[in-house]
Amino acid sequence: MAKTLYDKLFDSHVVHEENGAALIYIDRHLVHEVTSPQAFEGLRLANRKPWRVGSIVATADHNTPTNGWDKGLAGIADPVARLQIETLTENIAEFGAKAYFPFMDARQGIVHVVGPEQGATLPGMTVVCGDSHTSTHGAFGALAHGIGTSEVEHVMATQCLVQKKSKAMQVLVEGQLNPTVTAKDVALAIIGKTGTAGGNGYAIEFAGSAIRGLSMEGRMTLCNMAIEAGARAGMVAVDDTTIKYIKGRPYAPKADQWDAAVAYWRSLQSDTGAQFDLVVRLQAEDIKPQVTWGTSPEMVVAIDGRVPSLDLAKNAVQKADWERAYAYMGLQPNTPIKEIRIDKVFIGSCTNSRIEDLRAAAAVAKGKRVAANVKLALVVPGSGLVKAQAEQEGLDKVFSEAGFEWRQPGCSMCLAMNADRLEVGERCASTSNRNFEGRQGQGGRTHLVSPAMAAAAAIAGHFVDVSQV
Amino acid sequence: MQAFTQLNGLVAPLDRANVDTDAIIPKQFLKSIKRSGFGVNAFDEWRYLDHGEPGMDNSKRQINPDFVLNQARYKSASILLTRENFGCGSSREHAPWALEDFGFKVIIASSYADIFYNNCFKNGMLPIVLSADIVDTLFNQVAATPNYKLQVDLAAQTVSTPSGETFSFSVDAFRKHCLLNGLDDIGLTMQHQDKIKAFESRHQQAQPWLYN
Repeated sequence: MAKTLYDKLFDSHVVHEENGAALIYIDRHLVHEVTSPQAFEGLRLANRKPWRVGSIVATADHNTPTNGWDKGLAGIADPVARLQIETLTENIAEFGAKAYFPFMDARQGIVHVVGPEQGATLPGMTVVCGDSHTSTHGAFGALAHGIGTSEVEHVMATQCLVQKKSKAMQVLVEGQLNPTVTAKDVALAIIGKTGTAGGNGYAIEFAGSAIRGLSMEGRMTLCNMAIEAGARAGMVAVDDTTIKYIKGRPYAPKADQWDAAVAYWRSLQSDTGAQFDLVVRLQAEDIKPQVTWGTSPEMVVAIDGRVPSLDLAKNAVQKADWERAYAYMGLQPNTPIKEIRIDKVFIGSCTNSRIEDLRAAAAVAKGKRVAANVKLALVVPGSGLVKAQAEQEGLDKVFSEAGFEWRQPGCSMCLAMNADRLEVGERCASTSNRNFEGRQGQGGRTHLVSPAMAAAAAIAGHFVDVSQV
Repeated sequence: MQAFTQLNGLVAPLDRANVDTDAIIPKQFLKSIKRSGFGVNAFDEWRYLDHGEPGMDNSKRQINPDFVLNQARYKSASILLTRENFGCGSSREHAPWALEDFGFKVIIASSYADIFYNNCFKNGMLPIVLSADIVDTLFNQVAATPNYKLQVDLAAQTVSTPSGETFSFSVDAFRKHCLLNGLDDIGLTMQHQDKIKAFESRHQQAQPWLYN
């Protein structure tokens, strides 16, 4: 029978099946400081050891500061955050890992940037991490999803997860994207169509000519946002773009295994005639740069649109949701998006902090100045290696000369666990993934956009169509 | 893990769709390296008027009187009634830890985000899915009835109202078994270690590069 990519990835990892639940084997376990301490403690209390230390790749990212690195660990003012980062180092020293990139290591960064960059994420793998944006790694034709801390402990102890197979959804984007439309806009447009609960219970495969045309960075952005559509896992089939990206990376297969690996990886696509439980179609040419207006990623419109009015709400529950969002965001229905003025800009996060994202933002910022009403425009590279690459290309200077702050890598203001955050009432153009109430700081107002759109908003002081800058 | 079998519990209504895990437990509390003590900060930004940080004396903070869970009539609630896509967003298990520590053992909604749903079962909590229409009915009954309680029976997979209406819900057989018996699933999985080892050796032979 014709199989979907999801079927192939799931079925090839089943260890045992019972009562409709499968035990699936996990190839790669990514670990960070926030969701692992209780799992390591659980192992310790039960006197258990990790099943396969060689599957673990760890780094510190959520809590790490993006400045003050000259003071080292002592520069982390918050003692609770510092303890959590130190605890990760102690746990890795005690239990072991294939690779650990501690705070301030040249390769440290956001776990979903570091994994692929190191070649630690490979096609055909099952990848888990105690972080919902693990869906990012599906860009490589891998089955990747976020798990809770109990499951982090379960994977460490047994190398397996108890899973029920999800339904399969295909999101088909055919055609040619306009040059100023990025993977981020595609992701937001899809969520605008499906809603944030549309993918609940599904694994999504993104396919179609517009998806095949995306770089690996773009595919990672898209799969990263699958969770915002409600799907634990998003994925893209393997092709030349995938294979070219992996070749030569530190943990990629070496010469003697390369050909066999590539031969297997090329089979990682949905068979012709494979059946999906749901197919969602978008036409690439119809997608414009997107801006979220509310407190859920599904509250999104195109840059030439307006904050929707209540009569467009589909039911009473959504109406109530929108009313709360207007109040929280300090916006009136029917306000043109281009008239919304911003206070801060954040370019970074596991969604949009890779080299291609920084290039796109720098191309817009080059030779311009951040508007006077923008108090802070932060650029936070996804990893130490992304930062080094950007500096080699002179992007740091482009940003600094335009009035952006060039920072050290980490999750930063995507979730504001460190000192980078919005104050009450501040409005931010952000390349991150969630515009929930309080996400970037209590009372902060987040508008999700692509890196180029964030840079354009920084220059104009309000949202603008990047194609018209 | 603590077993869950039956509960006759007071119901608190949280009438919002898409309640995300950032709202259930804000990020500043995720810096803890412990599993306990999150209940006092559940829904922190909605529940208090001032900004909360770890280590604060929460008894001295300004309570938001408009937030439903602060109302006296819901003080000892153990069942949370809410709307679609509850628990969306971050995978943080701190969200069920906070709800459980707050006193909730059962959640009723028309749908959940997948990771949150799964995390509940790992903590002896039962997330129940009922249709949007039934959820609507329950919201109306809670509003109209002081001290409104529901009877939840996991073995029978039913929720019963004070007036005797009974609604059935579905639950995955394996999760039900674990919850009814309070089973630690690491222990269960370890019973299959020979199968895991056998799989691993086949897998390594087929894709040796995964084991470099």
